[in-house]
Amino acid sequence: MTTSSRKVKSNQHLIGYPQRKIDGVEKATGRAVYTDDLQLPGMLHGKILRSPHPHARIVGIDTSRAEALPGVHAVVTGRDMPTPYGIIPWTQDEYPLALDRVRYVGDGVAAVAAVDEDTANRALDLIHVEYEELPAWLDPWKALAAKGSYEEGHYIHSPKKDGWNGNVTKKVRLEFGEVDGLMDSSDVVVEGEYFFEGTTHAAIEPHCAIGSWEPDGVGHAGGTGGAGARDPEGDVALDPAGAPRGGKLTVWSSTQVPHYLHRELSRVLGVDPARVRVLQPLVGGGFGGKSEPFDLEFCVGALAMKSGRPVKILYTREEVFYAHRGRHPFHMEYRTGCTADGKLTSVDAKILLDGGAYASFGLVTTYYSGQLLCAPYEMPAYRFDSTRVYTNKPACGPKRGHGSVQPRFAFEVQMDKLAEKVGMDPIDFRRANFIGSDTRTVNELRITSNGFLECLDAVEAASGWREKFRRMPFGRGIGVAGSTYISGTNYPIYPNEMPQSAVQMQVDRSGRVAVFSGASEIGQGCDSLVAYIAAEELGVPLEYVRVMRGDTDFTPVDLGAYSSRVTFMLGNAAIDAARKLREKVQEAVAEAWEVKPGEVLLAGGRAHWAQDTQRQMHIREAFNLAEARFGTLGATGWYNTPKDVHGEYRGGTIGASPAYSFTAHVAEVEVDPETGVVTVEKIWVAHDCGRALNPVLVEGQMEGSAYMGCAEAIMEAHVFKDADHGREGLHGGPSLLAYKIPTSLDTPALESLIVESIDPEGPYGAKEAGEGPLHPSIPAVANAIYDAVGVRMDRLPFTPPRVWRSIEAARGAGVLGKPGFAMEAGG
Amino acid sequence: MDPSTEIVRLVVNGQSREVGVPTHFTLLEALRYVLGLTGTKQGCDKGDCGACTVIVDGEPVLACLTPVWEAEGREVTTVEGLAGPEGIHALQDCFDLHGAAQCGFCTPGILCSAAALLAGNPSPTREEIREAIAGNLCRCTGYAKIYDAVEAAALRTGGPQG
Repeated sequence: MTTSSRKVKSNQHLIGYPQRKIDGVEKATGRAVYTDDLQLPGMLHGKILRSPHPHARIVGIDTSRAEALPGVHAVVTGRDMPTPYGIIPWTQDEYPLALDRVRYVGDGVAAVAAVDEDTANRALDLIHVEYEELPAWLDPWKALAAKGSYEEGHYIHSPKKDGWNGNVTKKVRLEFGEVDGLMDSSDVVVEGEYFFEGTTHAAIEPHCAIGSWEPDGVGHAGGTGGAGARDPEGDVALDPAGAPRGGKLTVWSSTQVPHYLHRELSRVLGVDPARVRVLQPLVGGGFGGKSEPFDLEFCVGALAMKSGRPVKILYTREEVFYAHRGRHPFHMEYRTGCTADGKLTSVDAKILLDGGAYASFGLVTTYYSGQLLCAPYEMPAYRFDSTRVYTNKPACGPKRGHGSVQPRFAFEVQMDKLAEKVGMDPIDFRRANFIGSDTRTVNELRITSNGFLECLDAVEAASGWREKFRRMPFGRGIGVAGSTYISGTNYPIYPNEMPQSAVQMQVDRSGRVAVFSGASEIGQGCDSLVAYIAAEELGVPLEYVRVMRGDTDFTPVDLGAYSSRVTFMLGNAAIDAARKLREKVQEAVAEAWEVKPGEVLLAGGRAHWAQDTQRQMHIREAFNLAEARFGTLGATGWYNTPKDVHGEYRGGTIGASPAYSFTAHVAEVEVDPETGVVTVEKIWVAHDCGRALNPVLVEGQMEGSAYMGCAEAIMEAHVFKDADHGREGLHGGPSLLAYKIPTSLDTPALESLIVESIDPEGPYGAKEAGEGPLHPSIPAVANAIYDAVGVRMDRLPFTPPRVWRSIEAARGAGVLGKPGFAMEAGG
Repeated sequence: MDPSTEIVRLVVNGQSREVGVPTHFTLLEALRYVLGLTGTKQGCDKGDCGACTVIVDGEPVLACLTPVWEAEGREVTTVEGLAGPEGIHALQDCFDLHGAAQCGFCTPGILCSAAALLAGNPSPTREEIREAIAGNLCRCTGYAKIYDAVEAAALRTGGPQG
């Protein structure tokens, strides 16, 4: 059940109201096409051979027996693609297939293409890889303390400088204000140590890619790419004879980032980017797990180039778990101070990030672990000291709420502890520290609209907080938490001044609007978003809008579905394009009617005169008038981020966003003190999304986020075996049975409360809704457990054994019971 | 090296089809890769996620765990077969209307579980709906909109709740 707590009146006809998605019927009838649904003539099946060792040197690979197996068309190894890649241009530390060292169980070493899956699997068995095992670094503390050399395996990667520890990806230490002085003069200081176990995305669609290679003509077929020389003037790959390599590479992929994939395929496989085409069928869920290139995309390309036939690789579910790039395990220490009347004074954080085998987005994660904590509360002083280390486990990366979900858990539990110490209701405590709108955070991020207070009001009222907090019987509890998140990043992943998002729009003589969008539809509804905007601005019925998508050959660049950037950036780009066309249509109709262009309204499939709406014509006629007047009608629209609103310090651009969303959750739980089982009964989710362009989709994002956060609180743990518990570095259970994600029976009741602050720069005032509403679920549940049974859970997830042990410890110490009632100080 | 192939007679979405498939194929492989009915999805291929749920003789069944020969001669309904002569199934329309499909990958399986439920219980309670789709993992929605959609479809087809 969902309700909208605040609905802001708008002048729009379609934006702001519940709408169907343009692909809803397709998805409900089985017609929607995902990558694995495609079969190309002559298509081969690819498989990747993976390392059984967490850390080993590759001494040699013999593929001859696999190549000789009937039905095998191509085999490739790391030597065929010896160009390092990585999503962050400064930390490219991996190869499509390992060159001379494997760094986690599951690291790819060779790939085959064969007539069918069974033959491909048999071929993998025939590849002989000689390994020399190296020490495995599974514990981030040990990896951090390691001394020695890369060659002897003390380091997972070669140190950037002599004398450095090659197990450190990134260190960030930033300090704002007088942290130590203000901490010392605080009336109350709480210290806490927290641990967030890693979790993974577990999208229901496994990663899939298909590669196809069309040679230009004689002499250009074959070749595996990567080996060619490079044009000294640029990126264009040259074949060994020195001429630009001909042919065309097409890759279909379940990626969230077709543009970055396009760039990396070109660079790694040595094909001119103008000869690479990336197609993105609908994506069956991403959550950040498909937001960088993966080995399968390079392998299908290389195998297709070598075999001359299309090649498909579909990850098994086990491979999806090993591909990972999910949430980092964080070890966190926090000191937080406040005054006796509940004003935050100083925050000091020290964080160790367990990064896994490769850098992935880790540089950004390390910054985000601190940078995104500085709202919605005012803090006069803040320091964070974050270090990301490599370990011999699958690489961690971005998962919904990238980098800030873990520290937000710790931070909001600290807030709860402080509120109790100063005798304030935790909601009032949060209100008292509200940072406000149109302001700057202590780390100089620019906050525009901010509906956090309304979020607190909404969850307080809807949950019956005042009657429940500290008033329910032992075992029953309620907790609150707040958060903020970015609506995209002001700076793109690779430095450039070009727009972050763009669409092309054209109208035709039938009254139809075609929108060419490069945005990544992963279920969030971005294809529908551009259709709503086209229909709103050009006055056509929604069914007159066609969205052409998912093909880098004809759509303008959008950087991808990550960092909650799509609604804000794509929405503004679509408005820009549509209004350019609308002005022409208005002008042409105004001329025909001899009225002012501003008096021509386009709505409901017709053009109307504002002075007398009886005067009207079909939108088709209006478009035809405009085409006669101006020629064929098309427009591009784009959006670029503000580049002048970040902190003037190294790293000050990371975390800078055109707008921030705000969220508050209240969770209600039942804790069984005899078993430690925590049942989350309900989560109330209030989220300031700026404006809900389609409230149905916004609620869907809020509910899905709260579900996912709740799952991380009570169930999910992405863990690996050590030598004492099986094979070192082996995944703890790479299946959807062993890695528990909630079924319908495990999921609490969810109530969405939309708050609209109308952002001055967002499309119609909109901000993000896809990631922010995940953050408070976890600390709200932790704080509710405390309210229920008086024990603090500082390690995730809150599994029955862990909760039971905490309860038993409190029982043993004679302190088990409801926490004391909050003072009357709360107002 | 070619696995032996066998002719299996399948009744899929009311049509009788004879297909030549390797004997070790699952019903899922036969549907997706032989009959081209790609609406049914593969999420895990080991019976954990429910994305491959189809209806066999009225019961929701995991196609990835069903050897193809076990479906021989039985009535198989996939998401492509839910629509009737008058148009799409009320469930399909309500999933669209209520935003119950985000990425849409689990949707065909959930629709089959829900359709099997409504066929036997036209006015289920929310608890019965939760039970009925407990074998289908959805990673996008938190299930809330799915309950809304199934309840709305039940109201349309089964009359008011008793």
